Amino acid sequence: MLRRLASLPVVLLCVVTITFFLIRLSPGGPFDSERKLPAAIEQQLLSKYKLDGPIIRQYTSYLGDLIHGDLRLSTKYRNRSVNEILAQTLPVTLTLGATALLIAITAGVWLGAFAASRPGCLAEGGALAVTLLSISLPSFVLGPLLILLFSIKLAWLPVGGWGTPQQLLLPAVTLAIPYAAVIARLLHDSLRETLAEDFVRTARAKGLSEYAVVYRHALRVAILPVVSYLGPLAANLLTGSIVVETIFHIPGAGGFFVNSILNRDGFLLGGVVIVYCLLLMLFNLLVDLSYRFLDRRIQG
Amino acid sequence: MKHHLPLPLPKGASLPALILLGMSLSVVLGPLLFPSSYDLPGALTYSPPTLAHPCGTDLNGRDLLLRILNGGRISLLVGICGATISLLIGTTYGLIAGSARGSIDNSMMRVVDVLYSVPRLIFILIFINAFNERLQVAANNHGWEWLVGSSRLVILILSLGVIEWLTMARIVRGQTLTLRERSYVAAARVLGEGYWTILWRHLLPNLAGIVLVYLTLAIPSVIIDEAFLSFLGLGVQAPQSSWGSLLAEGAASINPLKGAWWMLLFPSIVLLTTLLALYSVGDSLRRSIGAKNR
Repeated sequence: MLRRLASLPVVLLCVVTITFFLIRLSPGGPFDSERKLPAAIEQQLLSKYKLDGPIIRQYTSYLGDLIHGDLRLSTKYRNRSVNEILAQTLPVTLTLGATALLIAITAGVWLGAFAASRPGCLAEGGALAVTLLSISLPSFVLGPLLILLFSIKLAWLPVGGWGTPQQLLLPAVTLAIPYAAVIARLLHDSLRETLAEDFVRTARAKGLSEYAVVYRHALRVAILPVVSYLGPLAANLLTGSIVVETIFHIPGAGGFFVNSILNRDGFLLGGVVIVYCLLLMLFNLLVDLSYRFLDRRIQG
Repeated sequence: MKHHLPLPLPKGASLPALILLGMSLSVVLGPLLFPSSYDLPGALTYSPPTLAHPCGTDLNGRDLLLRILNGGRISLLVGICGATISLLIGTTYGLIAGSARGSIDNSMMRVVDVLYSVPRLIFILIFINAFNERLQVAANNHGWEWLVGSSRLVILILSLGVIEWLTMARIVRGQTLTLRERSYVAAARVLGEGYWTILWRHLLPNLAGIVLVYLTLAIPSVIIDEAFLSFLGLGVQAPQSSWGSLLAEGAASINPLKGAWWMLLFPSIVLLTTLLALYSVGDSLRRSIGAKNR
């Protein structure tokens, strides 16, 4: 566990380094445009945004600023710092992501347990077919289709925007559905295995109800693969929220991420990537901790 | 327990396999059947589906069905090539980790774990957009005509191959760990065969089945990744189009005033059908060789 904690700064440093050099070593600067700027002005801009001097010096000074928690200025949205932009947009993205995570886990666990507790039954086949269908429905297919159905044809929910619970519902469901299906399949497979084990037979022999056997005894063991999937899931949700924010016109960090690539807005891009990675690593640490707590068989 | 590719196809895989065959054939041969005017901007813009244009026309009056078929060429090409690259990387990595065991194996798998929980697609996005121009300049300097027009596609295929190898590496590593304890491997070692000979002659042939099964599962993942990038306008770019960029156009053309629903519906159906067929073939193959989910 301590080793994992120690590896966190190393991985973060790798992330920062890769991002910085990918951005800085690509051709074209943030101030390139149709009209060439006078050399003196360009020089002044470069020095204001600390983009002058040898690349190694730029890199070390960027690292220094990062350690102080300064993500620098955006080169596109002039005079706004990356910290400011992220402080406004990140809560939106995190709300969306957390809601989707909750929906994915709840729906996935329920569907997986539902399918696994009815082996060989038509319901199991049906539930598995539904999950296969949902995995094949990436958010950029599902989102516009849901808008077409619920917002335009039926006019039940708003087409986009942010602020009200109704506006959160459709994007969160869009983001969650494919991953709910992945969780359901994982849980189904592991629950089927667990239900064949001896302690489950003992529980049944004690005369416990099927509900208690599945949900109170078997699920506790079978949930472990799902818990270890939570880390990759969070990464997928953050990536996926970029496209969902675009579809539903949500003012989150994802839209800024896409624009910062198109605008060569290096520090904004770097800021988003670094904060995303930091969040994911902390989340993974939490998942690890809870895994150890849930599965007492793991020592150390 | 040798993992041969189960032929004939397991129960439930023949219909999706047929769908895939039909899809590939129509994507490769279909565009040849259309009159050449169908791919050019025409007067009939945003026409709903008619007999002449079964899927309707787009903003510029081009036939949507033809565009979907052409987009399918790109999507399937990216999917197959990208998945093959991921197969090569993942198999090599997994073989090395699994046969080395010990601390090398531990640290190699630790790298895989870290990569799993990092938003890889985000790095790939930056990478593609950073290096596309560079590649184009290089292609121009060397006079590689073919690369100039499709540099983005090439770099897209390479990068997607680089991000989808993790699952393959895990599977191959796990399989190698069990295979290397088999008596025939021990026999080969006793007979004095070298490390590489054992890898090549004894381990690799027995991994082929499971690797091919996971190839069928990697193809849809790569297709989804490509569509994701193209949907954001950061993948395949005009004049080329893929299912992802067609979907982006479709999503942009639905609004309450002028709902060009066909622009969204038909690309969605085609992508969904293909992904579903690929996943079901892969899934039933996986179950038939008794491999676990991950």
